[in-house]
Amino acid sequence: MAMHSPPPDGIDRRPPGGVAIAITAEGLAKSFGTASAVVGIDLKVHPGELLALLGPSGSGKTTFLRLVAGLETPTAGRILFDNEDATRLTVGERRVGFVFQHYALFRHLNVAENIAYGLRARPRRLRPPDAEIRRRVADLLDLVQLSGLGKRYPTQLSGGQRQRVALARALAVEPRVLLLDEPFGALDAKVRRDLRRWLREVHDRTGHTTLFVTHDQEEALELADRVAIFNRGRIEQVGSADEILDRPATPFVASFVGEAVCLSVEGTGDTIRIGSHEVPSQGQKIVGPAELYVRPRDLVLADGAAGGIAARVVAVRRTGPARRAELTFADALPPVEIELPLGHPVAKGNVVPVRFTTLRVFPSGQDGGVT
Amino acid sequence: MHSSSAFSESPAVRWTLIAIAIGFLALFLVLPLIAVFAEALRRGIGMFLEAFAEPDTQAAIRLTLLVSAIAVPLNLVFGLAAAWAIAKFEFPGKSLLITLIDLPFSVSPVVSGLVYVLLFGAKGVLGPTLDDWDFKIIFAVPGIVLATIFVTFPFIARELIPLMQEQGTAEEEAALTLGASGFRTFLTVTLPNVRWALLYGVLLCNARAMGEFGAVSVVSGHIRGLTNTMPLHVEILYNEYNFVAAFAVASLLAALAFVTLGAKSFLEWRHGDALAATRRH
Repeated sequence: MAMHSPPPDGIDRRPPGGVAIAITAEGLAKSFGTASAVVGIDLKVHPGELLALLGPSGSGKTTFLRLVAGLETPTAGRILFDNEDATRLTVGERRVGFVFQHYALFRHLNVAENIAYGLRARPRRLRPPDAEIRRRVADLLDLVQLSGLGKRYPTQLSGGQRQRVALARALAVEPRVLLLDEPFGALDAKVRRDLRRWLREVHDRTGHTTLFVTHDQEEALELADRVAIFNRGRIEQVGSADEILDRPATPFVASFVGEAVCLSVEGTGDTIRIGSHEVPSQGQKIVGPAELYVRPRDLVLADGAAGGIAARVVAVRRTGPARRAELTFADALPPVEIELPLGHPVAKGNVVPVRFTTLRVFPSGQDGGVT
Repeated sequence: MHSSSAFSESPAVRWTLIAIAIGFLALFLVLPLIAVFAEALRRGIGMFLEAFAEPDTQAAIRLTLLVSAIAVPLNLVFGLAAAWAIAKFEFPGKSLLITLIDLPFSVSPVVSGLVYVLLFGAKGVLGPTLDDWDFKIIFAVPGIVLATIFVTFPFIARELIPLMQEQGTAEEEAALTLGASGFRTFLTVTLPNVRWALLYGVLLCNARAMGEFGAVSVVSGHIRGLTNTMPLHVEILYNEYNFVAAFAVASLLAALAFVTLGAKSFLEWRHGDALAATRRH
């Protein structure tokens, strides 16, 4: 990969041992006037990691990204790039590659000039010679699969192409980290999926520590090594897709990621009482009112086996390849969904025994439900 | 386009409306312009050209060129700075600044001129001080320049603000993340993005700077050959029944209007294209 060879001016501006560096946020906070966008974030991003910042709009994920880039100044806290305090560095000094949601390509420059912008902006003694700039632009056009489109203007490109130019432009300056703000937010579903896979490939090839903001769960869980779940300016949980989906740390994570129905239940220590039914608490000692988050895969039909609790079938639906039934445990509780084996003879009005494979239960009063 | 069948006025109504519009324009705009040139050339091309040989007329033309050569670049800088501040930053007093920029549009030019007389005139607030320094503003070129700057201030800023607001700050931020300095960002990103609107504003500003009468009339003192601009000179010649010379100078101003209009249409065509591209972007 051409980008990994040292520049011909002999000054290798990359940190020793490759491009990957760690990013650490310590108590990072930002408020705009009286409104707090980011409340106090501690986060350690490992070298070479691809980390997604996922959360509802207004949860502070973009502000956090802009704080890392230096486009916003924190009200409190520090940002470290490896062991160097980057908090006081200007945007330019931080050497980050930033990709904007709406591309922010320079509209009066063609694709090649856009990509070369960062190199040409360097002080003379650090600026590569013209031939070298041209060579690097060609390499990058190759990398983003846009060879031959260097003379086009941004308005002559599709959204997906523009976003790839934006990425090439960001990579051209040999950034220490790559920051992407909803990079696929403005694209249609098909292009999104293609670009997602392609971004993962580019990341694996270039090895940059990468943060990207998204509000698309599927995108975050599929693409990233780890996902940080943002809510109201805080990080609720950081973990792999498995950890986030299977072991949500807070009620918010349980309700925000994946589709879950929340039931008000009662903990008795060894059991959880759902309406008039009781199920084993699976080791979670909760006493008093609690919330149970139920996803379709958490329930199975307990045909013939012992230990199931009775649920009434409210509706049966076909969703894509699977069949689903809506079940209710008590009239006062909202219906939950369960995936049915194909051809299962269950029908509306039946009462069926079901069993919980996973019980995601949190004591009531914990902050962070979906608001 | 509004020529669709959804607009079902009968051809008679449509043609009547068009005829009224064209008739109005012909009567109130085209006819007077033709009259200006007709009057100027009434005694033949020789007399017309002779009017420009007159030293006072030449002085008036020179002064007008000088005033706009000072006022337009200054307003270019002021306008850019104001538009940049308003479009790209949030700060207290922003809406007050926007109102202030519009002030010259809402105040009568005569009042604008009077303000300077009250401020710098012999009996004005700063008059005695200026007198001590032996520096004349009122009834001198500096006063004319000041009044012109005041009156033409909004043209460039008003042209740039909506465009800059629409373009946002993302491209500038992108340039900064790529390591460009603030000044380089301004030169290579902000300025090229507004270049057509800027040129358009400069044209309008220049046309107004050369044609301004009211404010300049108050501060000028009408000293022939010294403080008479072209519009003031036209008035003097006319009042002296020197119609051919008056209309000859007036025709020069009218020609300036045509050039501005032509350049403006050309830019609208170019600039409109650029704007449309911006929106598609």
